[in-house]
Amino acid sequence: MTEAILVEGLVYGIMALGVFVSFRILDFPDLTAEGAFPLGAATAAALISSGAHPFVALTGAFVAGGLAGAATGTMYATLKVPSLLAGIVVMTGLWSVNLRVLGGKANLPLITNNPVMDAAYSLLPGTRELSSALFFALVTAGALSLLALFFSTEAGIAMGALGDNEAVVVAAGSNPALLRTSGVALSGALCGLSGGLAASYQGFADVNFGSGIVAAGLASVMVGEFLFHSNRIEVQLVRVIIGSIAFRAIMFAGRKYGYLIGMSPNDLRIVTAVLVVGAVAAGRLKAENKARRGLAAAAARSIS
Amino acid sequence: MIVVERLTVVFNPGTPDERAAIDGLSINVPRGQWISVIGSNGAGKTTLLNAIAGSVPTAAGRIVLDGVDRSGDPEYRRARIVGRVRQDPSAGTAPDMTVIDNMALASRKGPRRLLPAKPASLKRRLVERLAELGMGLENRTEENVSRLSGGQRQALALLMAAMTEPSVLLLDEHTAALDPRNADIVMALTRRFIRDYRLTALMVTHDMRRALADGDRLIMMHEGGIVADIAGEDKASATVEGLVRLFRDVRGEEYAEDRDLLS
Repeated sequence: MTEAILVEGLVYGIMALGVFVSFRILDFPDLTAEGAFPLGAATAAALISSGAHPFVALTGAFVAGGLAGAATGTMYATLKVPSLLAGIVVMTGLWSVNLRVLGGKANLPLITNNPVMDAAYSLLPGTRELSSALFFALVTAGALSLLALFFSTEAGIAMGALGDNEAVVVAAGSNPALLRTSGVALSGALCGLSGGLAASYQGFADVNFGSGIVAAGLASVMVGEFLFHSNRIEVQLVRVIIGSIAFRAIMFAGRKYGYLIGMSPNDLRIVTAVLVVGAVAAGRLKAENKARRGLAAAAARSIS
Repeated sequence: MIVVERLTVVFNPGTPDERAAIDGLSINVPRGQWISVIGSNGAGKTTLLNAIAGSVPTAAGRIVLDGVDRSGDPEYRRARIVGRVRQDPSAGTAPDMTVIDNMALASRKGPRRLLPAKPASLKRRLVERLAELGMGLENRTEENVSRLSGGQRQALALLMAAMTEPSVLLLDEHTAALDPRNADIVMALTRRFIRDYRLTALMVTHDMRRALADGDRLIMMHEGGIVADIAGEDKASATVEGLVRLFRDVRGEEYAEDRDLLS
C-alpha cells in the first residue's frame, strides 16, 4: 500500500514536474500534458512491443512528449494562439496520433513483455514492490538532479525570469519566444517520460491515460506549495514530488476509506478539482493577509 | 552613437484613432553624449525611446545604432547594445528571482547557453558591482528582488542596464516614481555610470531643473517632433523660466501644466 502510494507519487510526480515547468516557471497555462502523457505511454509501449531496449523506449517517450510540447509552444509563438487553446488543439490531435501509435487499438498490454520493470526487478534488491519503489525513486532523483542542474544554467535562469518578467529576458538580448517554446517542450517531454514510466508500472498503455492528468499535476504542485515555502528552485522541484506523493496519498485514502462517507472512486475527480480550488483559495488568502499586515504596519509607521 | 532619420511612428494605423506619435523626426547623437529629453505629455518622448529600443513598430524612417541600420531588428536583438531603465521600478527586474540571479541574467547579452549561470568568478564580480551601489545589496544576494524597496530596485535595474556598457542607454523618467531621496541616489548613480562607461544616453524627464543640470544637450519635443535643441553655452545659460517661455511659444497658448514642469 505505502509502496503503491510512493511509486504512483514518483511516476506521476515527473508529470507534475512538467506541469510545474509550464504553469509555474513559464507562467504558461498549458493542457498539452493531457495528450503528451498518453503519447509517452503509447510510444514507450509501442517501442517495447517492437523489441526496443527499455532505455530506448523511455527516451522515445521523452522525445515524443517534447515534440508535443514544441507543437503547442510553436503555435503560441507563431500563430499567437492563446496557450490554453494551443494545448487543447494539440491534445485533441494527439488522441488520433496516440491511437495510431498504439496500432489502432485503445490499449496495448505489456504483461508478457515488460522490460522496464524486469530490469528494475533484476538490477535492484528486495521484493518486487521494494525494487520497483527503488527504481522509480532513482529515476525521479535523476530527473530532479538534471532539472536542478538545468535551472542553474544561463538558459534555465532565463526561463525562470521569463515567467516572472519577460522584459528582463528581452533586455538580456535573448529571444523570449524561443526560450518559451523550449520550456513548453521540456514540460511536454517530462509528461511523456512520466507516461512511459506509467505504462511500464501499470503494465499497459491506454489512449485514455491522459484524462484528468493536468488537474492532478496542478493539484500535486499546489499541495506541495501549501506544505512549505521556498524561493530556491532545487527545493521547489523536490517539493513538487513531495506534493505528488501527498496527492496520491489523498487519492488512495479516498479510494480506500471514501465509502465511509458514501464516496466512490468515481468521485475522486471532484476531490482533485476541490483540491486545486482549495489550494488557490488558500494561497490567495495568504497573500491578502500578508498585504493587510503590510498595510497595517505602514499605517502604524505613519502614525508614530 | 544614435542616428534617427525621418522617423515616423503611427498609433492605431488604419483606424479613426490614427495618430502620428512621432512625425518625421531626425536626430544625431554622437558617441558619449548625454541628452535630456523634455516635453509635455503626449509629445512622443517615450515613443521615441520605444522606437529606438524596438518595442514599437515604425511606419517610416531609419534607426542606426553604432553605424548599423537596426530598424528591422526585433527588440531582443537590439537589447544587446541598448540598455534601458523605465519609470516603474518593477519593470527592470524579475521580482520573484534573487538579486544575484537577476544580476547573472543581465551580465551577459545574447542567446542563453547551457553553461553554469553563476560560476564563482562571475558571482564575485557581480557582488563587487552590487557593493558599488552603496545600498548593502551585496549582503542580500540570495533574497528575492520583491523584498527590495523601490529605490533599491531601480538602482539595481540601472546597474543591470548599464553594466554591460551598452552603446545606448535609454532612461525613461527613471526617477519619477521614487521619493526625492531615492531619486537623488539613483540620479547620482546614473551620472557615475554614464561618466565611468562613457555611455551615450537619452534621458526623458519631467523635471526641468534636472534636464538643465544634467546632460550635455537638451531637446524639447512637441507633437512628435523636436522643437528645441540646445547644447554647450546655450544650455549652460538656459533657465527653467526660459524653457517654460519656450514651451509657451511653441504651443502658442498658455501652457496648462506649468506647475508640473516646475515641480
